[in-house]
Amino acid sequence: MAKIIIPTPLRKFTDNQSTFDTTGVTVKEAVAELITTHGDLAKHLLDDDQKIRSFIRIYLGEDDINALDKEDTAVAENDIISIVPAIAGGSI
Amino acid sequence: MSEVNLSAAEMARYARHITIPEFNVEGQKKLKAAKVLVIGAGGLGSPVLLYLAAAGIGHLGIVDFDVVDESNLQRQVLYTVEDIGKSKAENAKKRLLALNPHLEVTIHNVRITSDNAREIISQYDVVADGTDNFQTRYLVNDACVLENKTNVYASIFRFEGQVSVFNYLNEDGKRGPNYRDMFPEPPPPGLVPNCAEGGVIGVLPGIIGSMQALEVIKVVSGVGTPLAGRLFLLDAATFETRTLKVYKNPNTKIEGLIDYDLFCGIHPVKEDEANKVKEVSVQELKGFIDQKNDIKLIDVREPFEYEIANLNAELIPLSSVLDAAERFKHSDKVIVHCKSGARSAKAIKLLQEELELDNLYNLKGGILAYAREIDTSLQTY
Repeated sequence: MAKIIIPTPLRKFTDNQSTFDTTGVTVKEAVAELITTHGDLAKHLLDDDQKIRSFIRIYLGEDDINALDKEDTAVAENDIISIVPAIAGGSI
Repeated sequence: MSEVNLSAAEMARYARHITIPEFNVEGQKKLKAAKVLVIGAGGLGSPVLLYLAAAGIGHLGIVDFDVVDESNLQRQVLYTVEDIGKSKAENAKKRLLALNPHLEVTIHNVRITSDNAREIISQYDVVADGTDNFQTRYLVNDACVLENKTNVYASIFRFEGQVSVFNYLNEDGKRGPNYRDMFPEPPPPGLVPNCAEGGVIGVLPGIIGSMQALEVIKVVSGVGTPLAGRLFLLDAATFETRTLKVYKNPNTKIEGLIDYDLFCGIHPVKEDEANKVKEVSVQELKGFIDQKNDIKLIDVREPFEYEIANLNAELIPLSSVLDAAERFKHSDKVIVHCKSGARSAKAIKLLQEELELDNLYNLKGGILAYAREIDTSLQTY
């Protein structure tokens, strides 16, 4: 099964789980499955048009899906999907 | 570079660099000739500045307008108890020169803004961004792009760290991806909490800041392959690390500095009458309690904060105030408080919009002000 890695800022919407196993065969299906299980994630991951928000990048392995087939990028068994949000901490 | 020479004392001091074959005297001379600007002398800036000073970067610039707070000492290893309440930039300079007298340190004891960013950054060769908010992240990025400077970037949140080298001058003479190629727009305010709200594990900026210092040294010395076009991620909670590719985005256009508050959705507060939050001071609250007035006190912090210190108020965390709106109805004043007054003001606005209640008052300065001015036995955090 492919795995989605949930970043720290979003874990409060996944009962603190850092990973999510998915059977989705595209990134879009995998994200939809994640949101079906953890409904509160929807507004943080998707905009009003159901597109991935611009301050979140989705990676398959080490590649940005925007450099592959975007949300239609095929997901294979054992693939790792990373959700990478913008974070800004450092000084305070 | 040829005019830079190392004294006998410097040769002795940097012996462990000089004996690395691919680094050698030439690498050390490059460090001495370099001017590096560190923006933010906090959690990340502390290890960055300490290691760059120790390594012999010839000229360090520090941008920070803040003073040292007790809660900084959990991770900002540049400072000691004696520095509390004093300028970070000035105390950082003192500490760095004590560590390495061969340096020049310039302090910029100002808030970096669209008006001064290009002028400050233009005086340096490389920038290390260790700031703490999205407005400054985009400002520093854009100013580095406009001034053709490499931006060694690091960011932290709770257990998560990110490092990259943005706008790096590649061998083909072209600049690599920058922060906007990765994140074209910031999250709306409130969606991603900052460190003050979200917390950060104290060692994490030490780890991530040390990596940031390493990348500065690699960029300056030309040794190794900098983390350009790649983003390093560390999840300190699971110890998982990943290095992801960052691509240039053809739609990224940076033509000048802009209003970064506006860009990040932070609008100047326009208070109309309906939106106004009434306030009471901690002295007034004390008076109400002493006179046994029929007030109701509600605390909108989180349960773990309530455990640290509380005013015997009813606990209704901010995230559930609308669901518990009925409990805010009371015949007399309802005084709402949090740690320092921001969350309680937010709760009152939400309730006023939804329920048109007009008996809600915000406790100015929150429980911290109460601890400071009324009951010094209360635990602060």
